[in-house]
Amino acid sequence: MSENNNLRMGLRDGLPIFLGYLSVSFAFGIFAVSSGLTIIEALLISMTNLTSAGQLAGVPIICTGGSLIELAATELIINLRYSLMSVSLSQKIGKSVKTLDRFLISFGITDEIFAVSASKRSSLGKKYFYGLIITPYLGWSGGTLIGAIAGNILPEIVISALGIAIYGMFIAIVIPEAKKEKATALCVLCAALLGCAFEYLPFLSGISGGFAIIISAVTISTLFALLAPIKDAETGEEDAQNA
Amino acid sequence: MPDFPKFLIYLAVMAGVTYLVRMLPLMLVRKKFENVFIRSFLYYVPYTVLATMTVPAVFYCTGSVVSAAVGFAVALAMAYFERSLVSVAASACGAVLVCELVMKML
Repeated sequence: MSENNNLRMGLRDGLPIFLGYLSVSFAFGIFAVSSGLTIIEALLISMTNLTSAGQLAGVPIICTGGSLIELAATELIINLRYSLMSVSLSQKIGKSVKTLDRFLISFGITDEIFAVSASKRSSLGKKYFYGLIITPYLGWSGGTLIGAIAGNILPEIVISALGIAIYGMFIAIVIPEAKKEKATALCVLCAALLGCAFEYLPFLSGISGGFAIIISAVTISTLFALLAPIKDAETGEEDAQNA
Repeated sequence: MPDFPKFLIYLAVMAGVTYLVRMLPLMLVRKKFENVFIRSFLYYVPYTVLATMTVPAVFYCTGSVVSAAVGFAVALAMAYFERSLVSVAASACGAVLVCELVMKML
């Protein structure tokens, strides 16, 4: 298998991801500051984490002074999907990628970056990966900074409207897959209902948000993995391409 | 709110866990999971997580439950027609903005 080790091709493929991240991280910046974090703190989170759902779930835990175990467990379960992507990506990595490169590249595995690399036929070299990762990283960090700063300047009604942006992105990831797979649609519905149960039912509503997400995700995912296992060995890769 | 040194501890835990779940498999595992249960579980996890995080929190992320519900409905419709992440997010924001402007005028 030939190896694509072209920096410019990586940069080109990363550009649409850069634009998407700029807008989504802008919303995260606003969310983080409105939750009570400083601008620098919001920026540091984006620079060191590079993950939308994990950051969004982590901020309330930090702001309410939740436990470190709760934070670690929340990040673990929300970001567990990256492990599957890393495993899959390890098959595509070319000879130019040395151990040190693996340490660096793994930091940049997001849904979108993985989706693009998984869609390539050739094996991928380190220059391609660095090109692919660098602009989305700058977009994610830069967008967070702009959002965190502008969140204080923008009128309240605009901030209110932007509050839904990050959920819009989640919906855009979930719905197309739910449309394709009945089991996924059902599992999404169950998880949403369980989410409501944790919010509104007595006793259950006493459980903090982070643990509610873990319990819901593990319970429903286990249930559906048992009841509706993914049959096709290639499904994981195809799904990742559409993520 | 934690002070900055305490925040840095939170940050280290958050970033550390997020990095490890990405890094360890890439360093250690050279073969794909064969186990159907593990593969299936990992397939469902992002969807269950995102669904639980979105419902019902999405209804409280804007100025009012009504504008949030309108934005949510628009996002669902746009996502159903498989628009890009950016278009779905932008349409939802636009719908919320219009809805709140209308509500102010009423």
